[in-house]
Amino acid sequence: MAKKIAVETTLNGEETIFLCEPRQTLLEALRDNLGLIGSKEGCGNGNCGACNVILDGVLVNSCLVLAPEIEGRSVVTIEGIAENGELHPLQQKFLEHASLQCGICTPGFIVSAKALLDDNADPSEHDVRLWLAGNLCRCTGYDKIVRAVLDVAENDA
Amino acid sequence: MQAFDFVAPTSVDEAISALAAGGGRARPLSGGTDLIAQLQEGRLALDTVVDLKRIPELMAISISGDGLTLGASVACHSINANQAIRDAYPALIDSTHLIGGTQIQGRASLGGNLCNSSPAADSIPNLIAHNVTCHIAGPNGRRSVAVEDFCTAPGRNVLEIGEFLVSLEFPTPPANFGAAYLRFIPRNEMDIAVVGAGASVVLSDDKSTIQSARVALGAVAPTPLFVQEAGDALAGQPVSEETLAKAADLAKAAARPISDMRGTIPQRNHLSAVLTQRALRIAIDRARGTKTVDELGRLNGHG
Repeated sequence: MAKKIAVETTLNGEETIFLCEPRQTLLEALRDNLGLIGSKEGCGNGNCGACNVILDGVLVNSCLVLAPEIEGRSVVTIEGIAENGELHPLQQKFLEHASLQCGICTPGFIVSAKALLDDNADPSEHDVRLWLAGNLCRCTGYDKIVRAVLDVAENDA
Repeated sequence: MQAFDFVAPTSVDEAISALAAGGGRARPLSGGTDLIAQLQEGRLALDTVVDLKRIPELMAISISGDGLTLGASVACHSINANQAIRDAYPALIDSTHLIGGTQIQGRASLGGNLCNSSPAADSIPNLIAHNVTCHIAGPNGRRSVAVEDFCTAPGRNVLEIGEFLVSLEFPTPPANFGAAYLRFIPRNEMDIAVVGAGASVVLSDDKSTIQSARVALGAVAPTPLFVQEAGDALAGQPVSEETLAKAADLAKAAARPISDMRGTIPQRNHLSAVLTQRALRIAIDRARGTKTVDELGRLNGHG
C-alpha cells in the first residue's frame, strides 16, 4: 500500500489537516476519514452529482477528485452551506417546496444550486435546468427542485 | 481503487522525471474526469498518478499577437469564464460548454479530452477546425504535432511513454474567420455525440467568397476525422447553399462509421452531411458577424 499523505486544506472555512491514501477520492476522504457524510456516492463516476462540492469556488464531482489534489485548496461541502445554525435559504426552500423524497441526491443539488447562485444571482428557469443537468434525481421529477431554486433567486433579487 | 502513488510536480522537467520513473505505469492527471473514472472501474492500473495542475505552463492562458496558447490542463470552466477567449475564439465555447455538465466542466480540460482520444470527443473536431498545434514534452525533449495527426486509434494517440501534452496553440484568427462545432445527440444535455462536426471558414473581404475552410467530424471513424477534401472543395468558391452541399457530400463520403447503441451507419452518414452543412453555415454567419455567440450557444441546446 502506498504511503499515506498528509493533506492541508481549508474545509468549510476551517484549516484542516487529514491523512489519506493517494488512491482515495475526495469523496472517500470526506466521508471515511473526516466523518462528513453529507456528500453522497451515487454513481461514483461523475454522472449523478450526488457528491458535488465547491473546490476553490468551482463546482466539481468529489468522486472524480483525488484527495491529495486538494492540498492548499478550499473546499465547501453540504455541511458548510448552513451558517450560524440557520438553514441556508436553499435548504429552507427545498423543505417548503418538498423538493426531495428519498433525499440521496439533495446535498448534491443544494451544493450545485449554491454554486449557480454564487455565479448568477438571477438565473432563468433555463439557466437553472441547464446548470443542474448533471444532477440526477429519481424521485421528484425535478420540477420542485427547479421551483425551489428559482424561489430563492427571486427572494434574494 | 487499487493503490498508487501521487505526485504533483511544479515544473515540466519534474513531471518528465516523474513519468519517466514510472515507465508505462505512470500517467498524467489533469481534470481526472476520464482518468479517475477509468481507475475506479479497474479499466486502468497504475503505480503513479502525476498531477499536472501545479505546473504553471499547463494552467496558463496566453493570448497575444501570435494567437492563443492554452495550457493542456486548463479546465473548460476557466475557458468559458475567459472573456478574451470568448471574444477571439467564440466557436471554442461550442465545445467547452457541452462537455459533460457544470461540475464536469469545472475539471475537464481540452488537453485531457484530446489525450483521452475518444473518436466522439466533443473538442477535437473543433480543435481541428481551428488548426491547432499540440506541444508535447517528454524525456527526449519537446515536439509539436498538428492536432489532426494526434489521435491514432480509439483511446490511442501519438504520445510515447513518458510524454505528455503541455499546451495547445491556436493561430490568430485571420480577418473574416468564423468557426462552429455542432453535435447530434437524442436529448438536450449530457450525452455522447452520435456525430459531431467542426468547421471553419475564412471569407474574402467582401464576404462573398470562401478563401479557405476546414472540416472535421467526430464519432464516424476510429479517430476524429479531418476531411481535408471538403475544405479544399470550398476554397475559392462563392458562399452558396450549393457550395456547402458539395462539401457536405464530401464529408459524408469520408465518414466510415460503425453501428452501435448510439446510432446506425446510415444515420451517421446522413448526419455527417447535415451537421457539416449546418456548421459551415454558422461559421459563415460568424465570419460575417451576423450571429452572436449567445444565439449560437442555443444551437447546441445551451442558452
